Amino acid sequence: MFQGHSLKTAAGRHVSMTRFGAPMPRRDPPLPLLEVQDLEVTFATDAGPLRAVDGVSFAVDRNRTLGLVGESGCGKSVSALAVLRLIPNPPGRITAGRVLWKERDLLRLPARQLPAIRGAEIAMIFQDPMTSLNPVFTIEQQLGEVLRIRFGQGRRQARARAREMLATVGIADPDRRLQNYPHELSGGMKQRIMIAMALLAEPDLLIADEPTTALDVTIQAQILALIRELQQRTGMAMVLITHDLGVVAGVCDEVAVMYAGRIVEHAPSAAIFENSQHPYTRGLLASIPRKGRRKESRLATIEGVVPSLLEPPPGCRFAERCPRRRELPEADQRRCRQVDPELLPVAGTPNAAACHYPCSGERR
Amino acid sequence: MQPMTEPAAPPPPLLDVRDLRKHYPVRGGLFATQQATVKAVDGVSLRVRPGETLGLVGESGCGKSTLGRTIPRLEDPTAGEVYFAGRNLAEARGRELFALRRQIQIIFQDPYASLNPRMTVGEIVREPLAVHRRGRRADQQRRVAELLELVGLSADVSDRYPHEFSGGQRQRVGIARALTLEPKLIIADEPVSALDVSVQSQVLNLLVELQERLGLTYLFISHDLSVVEYLSDTIAVMYLGKIMEIGPARAVFEAPAHPYTRALIEAIPEPDPRRRVRHAPVRGETPSPINPPSGCVFHTRCPYAVEACRGVVPPLEAVDPARRGQADADDLHRAACIRKDEI
Ligand SMILES: Nc1ncnc2c1ncn2[C@@H]1O[C@H](COP(=O)(O)OP(=O)(O)O)[C@@H](O)[C@H]1O
Ligand code: SF4
Ligand SMILES: [Mg+2]
Repeated sequence: MFQGHSLKTAAGRHVSMTRFGAPMPRRDPPLPLLEVQDLEVTFATDAGPLRAVDGVSFAVDRNRTLGLVGESGCGKSVSALAVLRLIPNPPGRITAGRVLWKERDLLRLPARQLPAIRGAEIAMIFQDPMTSLNPVFTIEQQLGEVLRIRFGQGRRQARARAREMLATVGIADPDRRLQNYPHELSGGMKQRIMIAMALLAEPDLLIADEPTTALDVTIQAQILALIRELQQRTGMAMVLITHDLGVVAGVCDEVAVMYAGRIVEHAPSAAIFENSQHPYTRGLLASIPRKGRRKESRLATIEGVVPSLLEPPPGCRFAERCPRRRELPEADQRRCRQVDPELLPVAGTPNAAACHYPCSGERR
Repeated sequence: MQPMTEPAAPPPPLLDVRDLRKHYPVRGGLFATQQATVKAVDGVSLRVRPGETLGLVGESGCGKSTLGRTIPRLEDPTAGEVYFAGRNLAEARGRELFALRRQIQIIFQDPYASLNPRMTVGEIVREPLAVHRRGRRADQQRRVAELLELVGLSADVSDRYPHEFSGGQRQRVGIARALTLEPKLIIADEPVSALDVSVQSQVLNLLVELQERLGLTYLFISHDLSVVEYLSDTIAVMYLGKIMEIGPARAVFEAPAHPYTRALIEAIPEPDPRRRVRHAPVRGETPSPINPPSGCVFHTRCPYAVEACRGVVPPLEAVDPARRGQADADDLHRAACIRKDEI
């Protein structure tokens, strides 16, 4: 059993999972640091409303790291942006859900209270560094601003701290870099400066969206080590978004796998990698070339494409591509195609999966 | 009884690159007027036998793309030789160059950028046939249909435009186009880096299948070691324009001799939570290629560096002492590190 792991049922009720997976009502559960409930984000498109995130719930606590994984377009970044109310509107809108942060709903907070939270209590690292860097200020000014707002540090103190952090994220010649404007820096360097900026704030929660995808592996290893070290020191909570399952295994305590706007599996990291219950998770894991794999044996693939979010299929969104479905009797296959599976605990495992016929063999 | 014949000589390499250099003049130094040189490729030698894959790995800016462009003479080398099927590409001119180049095709990372958005998929794949005046139009169209099926698309996608396809499908179109003129050598520069893993595995499988069916030779360039390990027979590891280690894939991965190769392998995050990398294997970032470190270019980041590493440029030498004499053997495992035999 996975201690302290709590899930939401579709009805929004807290359940904790026992060894046998039977949901039990909890007495006075202490609220986690961040709890996202039934989040729904819709974009207006020429072809009609597109629900990019459709009923996503997750929680993360101090000292813990949740990985959000899945292939491009599945809704990872939109979920993260919604937490901080950064969905561009129009065309996007958060159409349902709650984002409970220290017991307040960020989605209902007056907009003027947001700056005190964003970049300070909750820091975010984006895929595109220019989302966080301001082109008209030098790096020193921008890093200094974070330290001034967060810790009230003066210029001299902030400068020393900023220089130290730039060196820590692997930037050579930090003194010179502090005087640069963002456009004077390479993409990889901007990425590292944004990471430095997020970490300088020593946030309670770090949301990192593909923070190391654009970086070289040796630099990635440095940044991940740095993030882990900071987490140990400050107890920061983290939501790490990535498509790289290796990074997930290296950093995350638990993992939520997304597919077509939904979470299809949620489990402690080890349970995802060793005993995943959703056929999509299994497919993803099998398609990575691992150490020691040679071309003499073909890699597994997931045939087909992700369904359109404009008109998602009525049943399981993975049904069209699902290899497990194809092995089921006719009647069960119909059920896969017609009935939308809920994200439910899988008996005998610490996993929750949105599948009628999870890999454990359970039928529900 | 075995007949007493000579053991079959290994086939000559299809591609034989000798001491290739590509230097770019850049403005740099203290005053922007000073001339400096970026040694993007700085004395690279490698061989690829027909039907095999050489995987070229290294981090951004190490020169692997420049090498990939200089081999088929998309850029003129500063020095060195490139023998392709026995002929020196670096000296070929006019029609000979045109004919040789036809046998070498490149697949790029970004299928979006490398396909003309205003041409249909059929036209994109047919264009090289038209340029090289191969067959009548009807034959060309038959060939296009054949190629599209070969890469796992159906012939009836011919009339559609690139934007109607997913990333993986576009990469298949790029592969079909590269195969149009029946090349012998494919240079693939990060061909799967922009793709999601499940699509990436489809494209990797396709590349392996095509190699088996058509006897293709690959120079596969990637920053992703796991992908390179999967595909390659030989691995070459580049750093700041130089090859640090080269050898049979298994030897390089199982017994890496160069500290940089070790660092790269250690840094790959493995999809296994029990095998977490606890600490970063090397510190700092790659130095500027305008002003590379003296001696071994890796010494500034190397955990094993000693004083001598700053002074001498280590030669790329056989790792196995018993084979040191066989300087010419293709399957030698070599590394450019003065401490390769003690660490
Ligand atoms: N046209 C050019 N002019 C000046 N420098 C260049 C040019 N092309 C590449 N370089 C430099 O050569 C080095 C190697 O680049 P590249 O071959 O693109 O590496 P990689 O493909 O490994 O990322 C880099 O430092 C790059 O800046
Ligand atoms: S519900 Fe059916 S189609 Fe969906 S993942 Fe499970 S077995 Fe596959
Ligand atoms: Mg490149």
